[in-house]
Amino acid sequence: MNAAGDNSMIRWGLVIATYLIVGLMLVLPPVVVLSEALREGIGPAVATLADPDAVSAFRLTLEMTIASVIFNTIFGVLAAWLISKYRFPLRGLLVALIEIPISISPVVAGLVWLLLFGTQGWWGTALERMHIAVAFAPPGILLATIFVTFPYVARTLLPLMEQQGRDVEEAAMLLGASFWQILFYVTLPNARWALLSGILLTTARAMGEFGAVSVVSGHIPGLTETMPLHIETLYNGYQSVAAFTMAALLAIMAMATVWLRSVFEARALRLPEPDVQEGGRA
Amino acid sequence: MPLHLPPTISRRALLGGGLACAGIAALSRQHQARAAKTLLNVSYDPTRELYHDINTAFHEDRDIRRNDGAIVVRTSNGGSGAQARSVLEGSPADVVTLGLARDIDILAQNGFLARDWQKRLPHNSTPFTSAIVFLVRKGNPKAITDWPDLVRPGIQVVTPNPKTSGGARWNYLAAWGWALRQPGGDEATARNYLKTLFSHVPVLDAGARGATNSFVQRGLGDVLIAWENEALLAAKDLGPDKFDIVVPELTILAEPPVALIDRNVHNHGTGTEARAYLDFLYSREAQKIGASHYFRPVDPIIITESAWRFPTVSTFDIADLGGWVSVQKKHFSTGGVFDQIYSSDA
Repeated sequence: MNAAGDNSMIRWGLVIATYLIVGLMLVLPPVVVLSEALREGIGPAVATLADPDAVSAFRLTLEMTIASVIFNTIFGVLAAWLISKYRFPLRGLLVALIEIPISISPVVAGLVWLLLFGTQGWWGTALERMHIAVAFAPPGILLATIFVTFPYVARTLLPLMEQQGRDVEEAAMLLGASFWQILFYVTLPNARWALLSGILLTTARAMGEFGAVSVVSGHIPGLTETMPLHIETLYNGYQSVAAFTMAALLAIMAMATVWLRSVFEARALRLPEPDVQEGGRA
Repeated sequence: MPLHLPPTISRRALLGGGLACAGIAALSRQHQARAAKTLLNVSYDPTRELYHDINTAFHEDRDIRRNDGAIVVRTSNGGSGAQARSVLEGSPADVVTLGLARDIDILAQNGFLARDWQKRLPHNSTPFTSAIVFLVRKGNPKAITDWPDLVRPGIQVVTPNPKTSGGARWNYLAAWGWALRQPGGDEATARNYLKTLFSHVPVLDAGARGATNSFVQRGLGDVLIAWENEALLAAKDLGPDKFDIVVPELTILAEPPVALIDRNVHNHGTGTEARAYLDFLYSREAQKIGASHYFRPVDPIIITESAWRFPTVSTFDIADLGGWVSVQKKHFSTGGVFDQIYSSDA
């Protein structure tokens, strides 16, 4: 009796504490950003987004995000497929290598590209002679973004693909399916929710990346500033409303992505991949 | 049983790799094309508002339009040292407008421009000067009037890190030069003064704008040592009822220079336009814009016209302290005077 009462008290205490912490740490920041953005009303806030530099930052962020999502989806799928369905030497090392971007500081990730493509870098002189700009130009920003978002597709696919085993693929192959048929008709459909979730995680991360991009960007408004960088520039230029409006826009984009992801995840849980259950354990 | 990879994968992979390379090449070409009629001015921290207005005026100037066509100038802002570093690493700057000559010297040493760059434009290549002054809370509650007041017990001083910020080096040298010129002042007393001064600094920001933000927006400290333009901007535009300017009896004349990056304009084919831009900085129009942003003009007529904006100061300059090469080596190199006074008080 007494024990049960204690239990429910602890439970309620924990629930309240959790909501308090979540409210303070997670809900308050976006609310503050939004209220700062709307300090002078919604009209002036929206007007700041029409500034050519703001439009350029938005476009660059979109381009970089789409390009790195495409790149990392292709390579993430191939890497996860390779690692989960095949056995080869140093397979464990490859898994560890894919995780490097998660553990390495984004500043270091940015500096690496400067050391390679900067004027003082390994390939800088050759690139300069060919008039190809990589560092302090969109290609450098793309490389930095791809690097920091590299692991997400592969990491979300790997556990699922490993668990599914390769029985279905082997069956498909015995039935005469080609490599690409197996990939597109068997493996990917089985892992589609995990893949989608990985893609959305990559998207959210790519949109918000600051550190690595900051190092290679050169902070040229209207040319090499992504949204996170432009927010900093605006803030340092005492343009609070513009800075927080763009911050709010970026936050909304990221939250929409994360929300989509949880929707897909819930759906994935409701429909637990019927093909795998039948084929995988046959 | 292992799956066998059909041979097509390598061809497809090659195709994919080729497409990715083409994509990157296309992106960089697009970048080149966009840079055609534009110039990049890589500048230091507190010039955001200044060059925003000057770039607009330059874009609309009729003489320039007739001779060179309409030119769009973009400005990148950051700590002076960090900006020099990014030009060194390949940021495509056509001109640099930095916080101190030392940062441009480094670029000259690496072959980006001629070593005698400072002689190529009038006034030591410095179209605007500034002085180092104090910004205090409204009404000057701590009664700060001159350098000795900064080291009174209980006073907190905000100044950025001289290792990363050009403005901070000017602040530091202003204090150093003042201490040297006191009765009985020598290097030992100057060292002591600076050591005490830095023990009153609660946090070293990386750049001048960061330090201003700490003082103005976060309310940190009793006094900000700053560029006059930064202090006047904060006092007049950001909080007319929140801050006062205090001009010390003696301070340093800060000379933030400008220069053409020969190597980059050669690659971009923008030499004529970039030269026109630098000349434009000395024009009456640009000098007036500078004065309106509290940068001290060098044009005699504009000096007279805008004298009311600026408090009178008595100054010494960097040449009086021996020039940047020796000052840099003595004070800001690893193990130099700044390291000695700052590490021993930590």
